[in-house]
Amino acid sequence: MEYALALVVLALVVGVVLSLPLRRRGEEQHREETMLAELRAAKEAKYREIRDAELDHQMGKLSDADWRSVDRDLRAEAIEILRQLDRLEGTVPEGGMDR
Amino acid sequence: MDPSRKRKLRLVVALTTAVLLATALIYTSFSASTEASKPSEIKPGRSYDLTGKVVPGSIRHSGDDLRFRVRDRDGTESVPVTYTGVVPDPFRDGREVIVSGELERGTFVAERDSLVTKCPSKFTKDEQSS
Amino acid sequence: MAGVGSACLAIALLTALYSAGASIFGARTGRREWVTSGRRAIYCVAALCVAAFGLLEAAFLRSDFSYALVAEGSSTDTPTFYKVTALWATQDGSLLLWATLLSLFASAVLFLTRRSLRDIAPYATAVLGCIAAFFLLLMVGWENPFDTLAAPPAEGAGLNPLLRHPAMMIHPPMLYTGYVGFSIPFAFAIGALVAGRTGADWIRATRRFALIAWTFLGTGIMLGALWSYTELGWGGYWAWDPVENASLMPWLVGTAFLHSIMVQEKRGMLKIWNVSLICATFTLALLGTFLVRSGILSSIHAFGASTIGVQFLIFIGLVIALSAGLIISRLPLLRSEAKLDSLLSREAFFLLNNLVLVGLCLVIMWGTFFPLISEAITGTEASVGPPWFNRLVTPLALVLVLLTGIGPVLAWRRFTPAALRRVLWPPVSAAALALVLLLAFTNAADSPASLAMFCLVAFVLTVVSMELARGTKARRTMTGESWPRALGRLTGRNRRRYGGYLVHAGIAVLFLGVAGSSAFLDQRDVRLKPGDSFGVNGYQVTYREATAKLGGDSAGTGAPISFGAVLDVRKDGEHFVMRPSRNYYASGDPSLGTISRFFEGEATSEVDVRWGLKRDLWLAVQPDIGSLEKPIQEADAKFANSPGDVQALIIAALAERYRSDPPPAAFRAIASPLVAWIWLGGAIVVLGALVAAWPSPEARLRRVRSLYSARLGRDLSRA
Repeated sequence: MEYALALVVLALVVGVVLSLPLRRRGEEQHREETMLAELRAAKEAKYREIRDAELDHQMGKLSDADWRSVDRDLRAEAIEILRQLDRLEGTVPEGGMDR
Repeated sequence: MDPSRKRKLRLVVALTTAVLLATALIYTSFSASTEASKPSEIKPGRSYDLTGKVVPGSIRHSGDDLRFRVRDRDGTESVPVTYTGVVPDPFRDGREVIVSGELERGTFVAERDSLVTKCPSKFTKDEQSS
Repeated sequence: MAGVGSACLAIALLTALYSAGASIFGARTGRREWVTSGRRAIYCVAALCVAAFGLLEAAFLRSDFSYALVAEGSSTDTPTFYKVTALWATQDGSLLLWATLLSLFASAVLFLTRRSLRDIAPYATAVLGCIAAFFLLLMVGWENPFDTLAAPPAEGAGLNPLLRHPAMMIHPPMLYTGYVGFSIPFAFAIGALVAGRTGADWIRATRRFALIAWTFLGTGIMLGALWSYTELGWGGYWAWDPVENASLMPWLVGTAFLHSIMVQEKRGMLKIWNVSLICATFTLALLGTFLVRSGILSSIHAFGASTIGVQFLIFIGLVIALSAGLIISRLPLLRSEAKLDSLLSREAFFLLNNLVLVGLCLVIMWGTFFPLISEAITGTEASVGPPWFNRLVTPLALVLVLLTGIGPVLAWRRFTPAALRRVLWPPVSAAALALVLLLAFTNAADSPASLAMFCLVAFVLTVVSMELARGTKARRTMTGESWPRALGRLTGRNRRRYGGYLVHAGIAVLFLGVAGSSAFLDQRDVRLKPGDSFGVNGYQVTYREATAKLGGDSAGTGAPISFGAVLDVRKDGEHFVMRPSRNYYASGDPSLGTISRFFEGEATSEVDVRWGLKRDLWLAVQPDIGSLEKPIQEADAKFANSPGDVQALIIAALAERYRSDPPPAAFRAIASPLVAWIWLGGAIVVLGALVAAWPSPEARLRRVRSLYSARLGRDLSRA
């Protein structure tokens, strides 16, 4: 009796937990895809910015010191985007993933 | 030497070594092994590693000597044993033992300190011993 | 509550199967929501197993003898610590421990990889789900730990006294954690093969799990040896027993795996070898559990001793067949990305070390299964003893320790013999110096193998300290830090490398102890009356008096009776007292007399060891209770039906009689040199492994950052 009751209750609980992701079917995938698209666009934009800054520097619009600090910031931001992209796409950077 | 011949040579050397080692392994193990014999198999005149179970209720101490009977693991035949020396902790009724010695006038006379008791594995139930 | 526990296991079994099915379906159809659901199923299995484990543990703690398992493995007079641990001393309980640890480990790794390894992780989930399902099936189908008794006994049988030792209670969970840990890299290797992604991704994701598993397994083995040394009463730490060998084999192959994956990470080579090694490690871990469980080797015909031997064999067979088939079908994907440049390179020596380790494992396997082999070939059951193992293992161990020293100084790809000579001359001269000193001042020449081992230990320790000194010096010139600070920083920034070197040093120290204690111990077995003396290795040992203690020994094992001895030991003006004893546990056998049952049950030696860095003095006593036989039998007849407190008085009288007029007792004394270094070396190994496994986010971040900025540079210059 106790066994049957426990069986039913546990089955229900586990069933609910496992079906939750299924009921949101597609939703997660959709979200991931939009995020991916956004990140890719952001990456391109960031790359463009870096190149623009470089061009500006070559043309003398940006002083050496200014360009160096701008370039460093831009590159750091670009790296952050690359990391997020990798994480979504599911590759492991060297050095392991366990943090 | 061209690379492919070098590779072949390496392979041959490695395989020969492996075969030699395997032969050594097999040879030494068969020559060094001791035959374990059950009480029903031993005869007077040569020494054996006697294996079997201690017959429950047969253990007697008399002075320095320990006397008990060992019976076949899956049979009923048994032989009396006299033993001197250190008795391992797990030695008990029904436990599996190995002891070296020789059969003399119907009694298995064991070498000193040769008694080994199989440790009851920590996970097997004690019902095995019955 | 037993019903709830059974239900937990049944639902966990279904959930584990679901997890395998859902993950594979999700991966095949590309529907991520099914993969997510499959991963969550593993979390659910973990929760259910933990719940079941908790319920069973609670039953043990409150001594609920309506549970068959509690009645058979515990009792009300078992000390609380041993009540907790009695759970995994039983077969069913240890299966539950396996399943619980597995589901917890699996949940951890799946949680960490939830956003990466998209192709591999679903299949790895499926593999882990299947393994968990197997263990749950064993419990649900055959060995339910929640079986109840219709008529619960008033008192349980109690935990086997031999197991009432702290090391023994931590030892099984350590071994199991090791076994279970290796299932994680195994699952990901299989996943990588199925998904066809045979790069180093799966290795990077699970490397740390393999290292942790290795550490736990090694610690478990060491604790087992320590238990054997201090509890079993024969004075040794290793006997080449099948159960010991069973735990050593996966550890050896696991060691090979930890080395060879570095070659794949660095050079993209040895892919087939690596997946084969991890499959072998996992199979051996299963085999280890099986050997302990089935009793197949100590008694070949007693297959019935365990009801699950056949199931285990089928599962092991399936694992071997499936992994071999999978590896063969993926051979084209497993081609090496690079060739071995030279035989004088670190990767070549790694290969050599792999061969030695695997060879060692094969030798041990052959010896362990020899009774089965010989019965199959010659028809008679024969076994090989420790001498055979020692003869074959010693040369391999010597080569292994030599490689332990050479490995760290080699460069990847290739190096010139001249460079090798330059880095090797200090350690080689250290070894030569050790040889000269040992020959001049000690009798080490009596055992050539030990002498060689001592020299190799000097070699390895010199290599490791040189490496540390060189690195620290380089860092100091660069940063100007103080010595200790530079050393700390150096290790902290290259944990994997210097942790590994520490492990190598620990192994060398461990073998120092093995070489010393195996060849130069001095053992005496004597029979003494109080006042008698004997000598062992310069120690003068005198039996001063007998002791008899009732109601709980000093080690807290809950022994009702403990007879012992007090001995005075003198050496070179030093004087100390040792107190070995022997514990007697009451037998549950109703056919014995009311008094004699207290003496006829289990008995264990409580060894006294005087630990020392130079040598241990080890003493065990075996009191002759034969002299009490007569009074015990008389008491049996006279007090057959007397109440408990009267019985206690009788036993106290008997004990006093033993104490005041003791018959001669048998003593075993062992003066065993350098044993302490075994445990010390083991501790260094564990420390080194922890250093190597400890996450160092700082160093990792730096490494990742430099990788990304290189990639950024490439991307920018491309356009």
